[in-house]
Amino acid sequence: MKKRRIFARICADGYLGLVLALMYLPIFLIIVFSFSGGSRFSFSNGFTFDSYKLLFDPEENGALLSALKNTAILALSASVISTVLGAFSTIGIYALGRRMKKLTLTVNQLPMINSEVVMAVSLMVFFATDFFSDIFPQGMVRLIISHVAFCTPYVVLSILPRLQRMDPNMYEAALDLGANPFSAMLKVVFPYLMPGIVSGFAMAFTLSLDDFIITQFNKGDTGIETLSTYIYEDARVKSLEPFWFAVFSIFFVVMFALLLLINIKKTAKEVRK
Amino acid sequence: MKNKPKFKFRLTRRAFAYPYMIFMLLFVVVPLVIILINAFLDDNKQFTFQNFVEFFSDAGGGLTVLGNSLVIGLVTTLICLVIGYPVAYFLAKYHASSRVFVLLFILPMWVNFLIRTLSTKALFMQLNVPLGMGTVLFGMVYNYLPYMILPLHTTLVSIDHSYIEAAEDLGADKMTVFLKTVLPLSLSGIVSGVTMTFIPAISTFAISEILSSSKIFLFGDAINMHFSKTTNSLGVGSVMSLVMLLLVILSNVAVNLTSKDEEVSAL
Repeated sequence: MKKRRIFARICADGYLGLVLALMYLPIFLIIVFSFSGGSRFSFSNGFTFDSYKLLFDPEENGALLSALKNTAILALSASVISTVLGAFSTIGIYALGRRMKKLTLTVNQLPMINSEVVMAVSLMVFFATDFFSDIFPQGMVRLIISHVAFCTPYVVLSILPRLQRMDPNMYEAALDLGANPFSAMLKVVFPYLMPGIVSGFAMAFTLSLDDFIITQFNKGDTGIETLSTYIYEDARVKSLEPFWFAVFSIFFVVMFALLLLINIKKTAKEVRK
Repeated sequence: MKNKPKFKFRLTRRAFAYPYMIFMLLFVVVPLVIILINAFLDDNKQFTFQNFVEFFSDAGGGLTVLGNSLVIGLVTTLICLVIGYPVAYFLAKYHASSRVFVLLFILPMWVNFLIRTLSTKALFMQLNVPLGMGTVLFGMVYNYLPYMILPLHTTLVSIDHSYIEAAEDLGADKMTVFLKTVLPLSLSGIVSGVTMTFIPAISTFAISEILSSSKIFLFGDAINMHFSKTTNSLGVGSVMSLVMLLLVILSNVAVNLTSKDEEVSAL
């Protein structure tokens, strides 16, 4: 009986390992062969850093750097705006009447459940109407608005559960102790909501950073490229060049290190508690 | 609302929601209404049903593309479920305490999907695998597997173990325990996993384009094409968007029916 259980466990772990291996195979190969200097999976030129040297070549990296800059500006402004908007509106939504609250939360869900393509084209058509095209200039403004529109719902939903758990007496107590509603909000309610606000911000930032479809439809013809649209424009036509091998490798490693670090820290914190 | 001051304050607090409500009305609801209106307009902004006729009589091939996408989406979702369910199940059973191990399966979600898709393309080119239906399906499964594993894992981990013990005490063998206890209890996870895979899979563009060298054309690609500057057939594109929206709403109703009180994690 015991032997059978151990056998089952080995089979299960073998299966998990196999799926993981398949999931990471393309990523792993890209990282390994980023040191080959070519775009084939072979070390015919030996082990070199040539692909990485291209990153410092001003001719190669100009477009990449400007795409990185745009991505950073867009992701930062969209996530900051949606966090502020989301934090205040969550408090407002919580205080709304039953029917209004339900309606607002339903509309809030729309961008989360809707297919990205539909949201992207609807915004594109909206911005192209004669009336709105003059109000909202092409380029970064439209991109920030559309990113805020699909990020804020996630911020609201990450703050709302915490607000629902909050003891309303805390706020009343602050008022009784002489705080005006505004400072009570600032010094009592917001600090309590902080974990939700932070995770909402993190979610908005990564969503905006990762977005491709909505950006692709709403970037207009001002020539603004973010990292994803630049990759799409450049690498989809030609096959993957050595330059991209290096860029992708750096992305994989930085992303994985960051996420693992955050989660190991979280686990350690929980263990200590 | 016992005393007046409290009521007065509730009004002001409510006001915090108004800017957001206006924002969402303007940038989420109005654009969808414009799509709805566009579906009934021809090129000269005159009212017409022609767009619907054109789509449903398949003059532009829209219906065929929708059919193909539904099939590819279904197959992708099925493969993801067949691969992902055992993963989520084993993780919940043997590695419930190991957060990092679970994280490894979800991590690829945070790497830009274009980077992942282009990496798989490089691998296929290297192995001389001809780009076509097979490679598109592989790329789809590869991309959406984490979205299937995550909700499944969340529900499987939260199943109260005493149900399983009770079933065993009542004489059920392993297969029966799984089929009659674990599987029904994880239904909400299955439905939300299926939705999170199926909807993006039928509406994506770029994945099919990259992994089939534009040979395979999906619903997302079709919507993209109708709204691009060169074709510019907004009407039919709008009808397609409405069809897509209908599919989204239908699948969301399914999710709500199966998980009435539970929170469905979105990420």
